Amino acid sequence: MHLELTRVVQGSGRLGVLRGLSRTRPHHSLETPGCLLYTHLGSVPHLTQDTLHTLKDLPSVTQVTLSDIAEHQEVLESFKEGFRKFAGLHDTVLYCSLHDPAALCPAGYTTNKTVSVWGSGGRMELTVTKFMSLQKCTQPDWYTSMADGETWQVNTTRKRVRKSVDRTLAHLDECLLLHHKLPELEEVSVFGVVEGGDIVDERLRSARETAKRPVVGFCLDGFQTGFMEPSVRAQLIAAVTEELPEDKPRLLPGVGRPDEVLACVEAGVDVFEGFFPFQVTERGCALCFRFDVTPDPESAVLELNKEEEVVRNGNVNRDDQTQMTPFEINLKDKRYEDDFGPLVKGCGCYSCQNHQRAYLHHLLVTNELLAGVLLMIHNTSHYLGFFKALRAALASDQLELLKRRVMEAGGRESD
Amino acid sequence: MAAPMQSLTAVSPLTLRIVAECPVTKARACELALPHCTVSTPVFMPVGTQGTLKGITVDQLESLGCQICLGNTYHLGMRPGPELIEKANGLHGFMNWKRNLLTDSGGFQMVSLVELSEVTEEGVRFKSPYDGKEILLSPEKSVSIQNSLGSDIMMQLDDVVSSTVSGPRVEEAMHRSIRWLDRCIAANKNPDKQNLFAIIQGGLNAELRRACLEEMTKRDVPGFAIGGLSGGEEKDDFWRMVTLSTDHLPREKPRYLMGVGYAVDLVVCVALGCDMFDCVFPTRTARFGSALVPWGSVQVKHKQYAKDFQPIDPDCQCPTCKRHSRAYLHALFKSDTAAMHHITIHNISYQLSLMRSVRQSIVEGRFPQFIQTFMRRMFLSRDQYPSWAVDALASVNITLE
Repeated sequence: MHLELTRVVQGSGRLGVLRGLSRTRPHHSLETPGCLLYTHLGSVPHLTQDTLHTLKDLPSVTQVTLSDIAEHQEVLESFKEGFRKFAGLHDTVLYCSLHDPAALCPAGYTTNKTVSVWGSGGRMELTVTKFMSLQKCTQPDWYTSMADGETWQVNTTRKRVRKSVDRTLAHLDECLLLHHKLPELEEVSVFGVVEGGDIVDERLRSARETAKRPVVGFCLDGFQTGFMEPSVRAQLIAAVTEELPEDKPRLLPGVGRPDEVLACVEAGVDVFEGFFPFQVTERGCALCFRFDVTPDPESAVLELNKEEEVVRNGNVNRDDQTQMTPFEINLKDKRYEDDFGPLVKGCGCYSCQNHQRAYLHHLLVTNELLAGVLLMIHNTSHYLGFFKALRAALASDQLELLKRRVMEAGGRESD
Repeated sequence: MAAPMQSLTAVSPLTLRIVAECPVTKARACELALPHCTVSTPVFMPVGTQGTLKGITVDQLESLGCQICLGNTYHLGMRPGPELIEKANGLHGFMNWKRNLLTDSGGFQMVSLVELSEVTEEGVRFKSPYDGKEILLSPEKSVSIQNSLGSDIMMQLDDVVSSTVSGPRVEEAMHRSIRWLDRCIAANKNPDKQNLFAIIQGGLNAELRRACLEEMTKRDVPGFAIGGLSGGEEKDDFWRMVTLSTDHLPREKPRYLMGVGYAVDLVVCVALGCDMFDCVFPTRTARFGSALVPWGSVQVKHKQYAKDFQPIDPDCQCPTCKRHSRAYLHALFKSDTAAMHHITIHNISYQLSLMRSVRQSIVEGRFPQFIQTFMRRMFLSRDQYPSWAVDALASVNITLE
């Protein structure tokens, strides 16, 4: 795997293409900044093949998590041919992460030698050996090494943070050792994990040490939404990325809100997990924030100088990830009962082309399963559109404009 | 002034063309022309109670070859209500379904929600489970809602009594259903676009059934349903009422057997002369992980399938079977609702394929052989064949081997 940077603007992010993602699928690449396709055990939530493929330009990388996979280890070992084939995924790159970004892990279950994941049957404890045996039967194209990221609680002590850095490095070394002994993982890439909580020195130590290991990229852990002040996060990420080789990708798990994505792109992040559309779907909401940017440079300047009213309705409390954000509309609201417009005017997704807000409102009020299907399609489409716009904005120096546009109140009202 | 051209060139909203009739049984294969498209019968109609087939898009439903599906007047009449659906261009517009829709009258809810309902000559008084409000569902109200929904086939409001009930209530309900049929016919605002079907009642009493048939067939309705069955009665009684009904229903109008959807029941009742069927079973059982197959069902959630890497049915051409294994679906049930949708798609495909095969065999004059093969596949041995099915088929000249 290697990252071809096409544009780097200091303090403003980097544009690039991630290539060599998969030995067996050499034609696949991921434009960065980009997001991964979030799944539950290989299926995009609510969607089957037909509904998934109403979406164009899906990310070439599918994310699956050990919290979904771990309880099926025996099955995968019987199957022998890897998770991708087991799940009926054909032409995709498979990335395996430890945790599910949309599911909070209870604290207090990490030890010196183990981390825990939660599946449908409860908690499963993983040693590095077990972790690697899972990678062996999963056979992803790339995975992040086992890590102790439990530094997100308020009042995490320095001692605890230091432990997470030490443990994570130890896990990485052990992972790499076992990795090289497994022929199944010969073509598989490993990302190292940078820990350090909110303590700068620990962050730097973790970054420097991890960078010494033969990893192809870096996962910046412990920055998940809700657990840190955005400005602190941005500073720490920027400090960390300074220590990391420029030509290796940086993945930031657990951050998905558009405003936070933008801030983290500026701080030097390349890859995000695509779980945010799922969270929006689960609360019966549709993403509607704008990300169109005027192509004409003159009016762009005028726009920048306008006094834009930024209304932050919805979530002010960042801690609760189930709360509505300013980027969506709540279709259960009575005002949509007889709104016969599409979810978002001009959206080309299947849901907007075929259905109306009033219908979605009805499906949500009556608790119908189709609501989840249609919302997942729309929210995924909208989110991918945002990332496309983000890359375009980086390419043409319009990131500031995009930031303002994304934060505008207009998109949230009925048109 | 010249006679209005409309009445001379008006196309009936329903035309039944009998393509083939089985020389052995009472089965027929027909083309049922309805306002939105033509439906090939015998047909199984999936049920989309609240203006959606649970978890399935209209595109997926269309791709599976569905030509007609159901919506429910009681539920949609409550939420979102007829006025809103009218504003949305009827139920077709609201759910964006371009093919045919059949709406039930709300009558069945009288049985299923019997704690919350009271029947009088006026209609059925329901207490809404959502807001405690009382609603009166009269024949006029039911037809009015269905007019707003704009379904291609509407059902009369009938006085429905559980098939396990006997005695004078059954007779009362039968006579009232006839009176309500006349009220429904009178109340239909769109007879040139929406077909109102009568529903034959009479419980498990042959005399009452015959009386109902005699009266209702005097009315000029485009089609007839056989109601009041498939509610837990003995199968021995069930098939006798079905065949009695088809004996007395006009040949050139469609016969709709309500609430029937198990594969064996479908095949037998086609042999007994029924053309149309509906049932929640295939889609409901799917959500519990039960996949329908020619030899019964595959309970995908059961432990035994955890390492079964075959598809649900290796011969099935549905999107689910073409891509996924039992093992994967088994695992997916623990992680995501998509598992239910995969099985729902498979089950609808199974039902529609079954009916297509049945129809093809009638057209090709080999329905009796089809029945033999079907039964052999479905049951482990001859002595496993349900006796009611053996008797019912014998009554139409099929001796099961």
